[in-house]
Amino acid sequence: MKSYLRSAVAVYAKDMRLEARTKETFSAVLAFAVIVAFVFGFAFDPSPTVVALVGPGIVWVAYVFTGILGMNRTFAVERDRGTLEGLLLAPVGREAIYAGKLASTTTIMLVVEVLLYPVFLVLFELNLFNIWFVLITIAATVGFSAVGTLFSAIAAHTRAREILLPLLFLPIVLPVIIGAVASTSAALAGDGWDGVGKWLQFIVAFDLVFLVLSSWAFDFVLEE
Amino acid sequence: MGTAGLGIRQALLGLAALLFLIDLYLIFQYAPTASEALGLQVQRIFYFHVPSALLGMISFAVAATASVVYLTKRGRKWDRIAWASAEVGTVFFTVAIGTGAIWAKPVWQTWWVWDVNGTLTFMLWLVFIGYLIVRSYAPTVERGSRWAAVVAIFGAAAVPFVYMAADWWEGLHTERITGPGASGSMQSEIFVTFMFSLVTFLVLFIALVAERTAQRGVEESIEELRREVSA
Amino acid sequence: MRPGYAIILERAIASPTTMTTNATPEALSHAPSLAIDVQGLSKSFGRMAALRKVDLQLAYGEGLALFGHNGAGKSTLIRTLTTLIRPDEGTVRIAGFDRESQASKIRSIIGYVGHQSLLYDDLTPRENLRFYAKLYGLPDAHDLVERSLAEVGASTYAERRVRVLSNGMQKRVAIARALLHRPRVLLLDEPETGLDQGGLELLDSVVAAVKQGGASVVMATHGTERGLALAERAIVLADGRVSLACATSETTVDAIQQAVLAERGASSRSGAQA
Repeated sequence: MKSYLRSAVAVYAKDMRLEARTKETFSAVLAFAVIVAFVFGFAFDPSPTVVALVGPGIVWVAYVFTGILGMNRTFAVERDRGTLEGLLLAPVGREAIYAGKLASTTTIMLVVEVLLYPVFLVLFELNLFNIWFVLITIAATVGFSAVGTLFSAIAAHTRAREILLPLLFLPIVLPVIIGAVASTSAALAGDGWDGVGKWLQFIVAFDLVFLVLSSWAFDFVLEE
Repeated sequence: MGTAGLGIRQALLGLAALLFLIDLYLIFQYAPTASEALGLQVQRIFYFHVPSALLGMISFAVAATASVVYLTKRGRKWDRIAWASAEVGTVFFTVAIGTGAIWAKPVWQTWWVWDVNGTLTFMLWLVFIGYLIVRSYAPTVERGSRWAAVVAIFGAAAVPFVYMAADWWEGLHTERITGPGASGSMQSEIFVTFMFSLVTFLVLFIALVAERTAQRGVEESIEELRREVSA
Repeated sequence: MRPGYAIILERAIASPTTMTTNATPEALSHAPSLAIDVQGLSKSFGRMAALRKVDLQLAYGEGLALFGHNGAGKSTLIRTLTTLIRPDEGTVRIAGFDRESQASKIRSIIGYVGHQSLLYDDLTPRENLRFYAKLYGLPDAHDLVERSLAEVGASTYAERRVRVLSNGMQKRVAIARALLHRPRVLLLDEPETGLDQGGLELLDSVVAAVKQGGASVVMATHGTERGLALAERAIVLADGRVSLACATSETTVDAIQQAVLAERGASSRSGAQA
């Protein structure tokens, strides 16, 4: 157990150090997220009634597509530069590599998602500074990352990673998207635990199941 | 191995063809014409639509189960079965989606309804397509088999979540649409036709999967011989 | 370089548990006589058979030079020994550990230098080595890393990003990475590429030190002279098969080169390559 944690933390720390130094993934993901938000801003007339209806959907579509970009990079970069083998050569359980990568992807995505709060406020008068929304964001992002990190490991080994990751990933995380949109509507309408609770528990249940499943499947995916 | 089950497979295919002919008769002659609300003649598509969707689900269950066995026990046979199931299942789902759309338009004036069944069917169809595509992009056949197995297992694990989410979503947003045929008692002719259709499709499924699995087996044998010979 | 490695390695072989955190005393107690024991190894990639029934034995403290034309299977063989590739058939035992069931233990005692440096371009050599030290669970990481950098002559560049280092210097750091955990089997895939004179001398002394410390070396190389000088045994691979296997003392540079060329002619006649 100790070596699992130590290795996962080592991978996470290495990723964070790299990210802090190059800001490669972070800046690409943030730029994309802002662009997507702006495109929606042009596409929809941000009157209060419209925003109340489609706001949550817009937010989560933006987050999901941004997430796909970020998750693709998780393993694509490691593989293209050959460093993935360095990880695979180490006497480290594959679950630990998965955990470390999952943590770093989730961290980057959460940072970007939070940075987008003011953008949505400005464009849509959508106030996301809401404790429930924060919880939903965390739960849903973990869910996306859990599945996305695994499929990213698959997609990174192919020529068609841009299409393969969304194709594999979206049907599986569909429940999380539905849950996130529904609970966001409730949260923004001020429903509190009554409206949000059921969905939040649902997303967390999804997270737990797929964290375990992905951790188990990771070894099979990486095996040559 | 290829010729061993040939007799049975041919018999199954023959049986499927025969059942299909009888089924067509039942659907178009024996079953009563539906009411205007249900679409009159178009309603007959129900006998294709529902069995296709159900068989799609069964294909998925078979593919997912075979995938689990493949990953844990590593027999090539299981991968072949899963693959064959996925291919046949994709066709069934496509038929289900297509017939669903054809039926929905005249009856409900919309091409598609995101009810629980529709969402589930569509989602599983996408998973199947991902399953097939991931194989073609894999660097080796083995890796493709493993990746596909993972995809199938993930799809299966997601099903209960999709079902619940779609159910709650439907409860929030749309008035429940009473599907034609959802009513309590069915006329006996409708029931008989429906059950017969179901059996026909089931036999078709088994026949096609058996055939495809055997074909794959022969292909793999050829590959192996090729390798040994290319000295 | 030489004494330090030898002393550490001797201590390690005497009390195996200090080598790794993953190896249990019971697993290591039946210390095998062979560092590498490969039998009937076959591997295919789709239609192409990369390795066909390869046998290979190597004792501790010995070096093996692997020769063969491009596409003969040298890299595949080495990568199979690293556990990165799973064999289709045959058994692979390294230090007595079976690849099928004890792959993780194997990884803890092998070092690999391949075509890619396995270094993170935007981290410094020091940061790279510290990361790997943590990953391998090595104690006293800081001192170990400094010593490794000094051993390969990269100390002056320890604080610069790997990206700006020359190929030769990157290779030196890659070698340091491979030796960090004092492996019992060192696997080198054409290590001479990109090395200048100083680098080649370092390579020679590394191989010698490793062997003297009781560890084994497998080196795939195109440099026939260097290979024969550094190794005790030689194998020529052609089309995935062992076409020649002998002690280096019993053969010559010419003999090896002829064996390599002969098979190259044969394989290009038979057509399809990878």
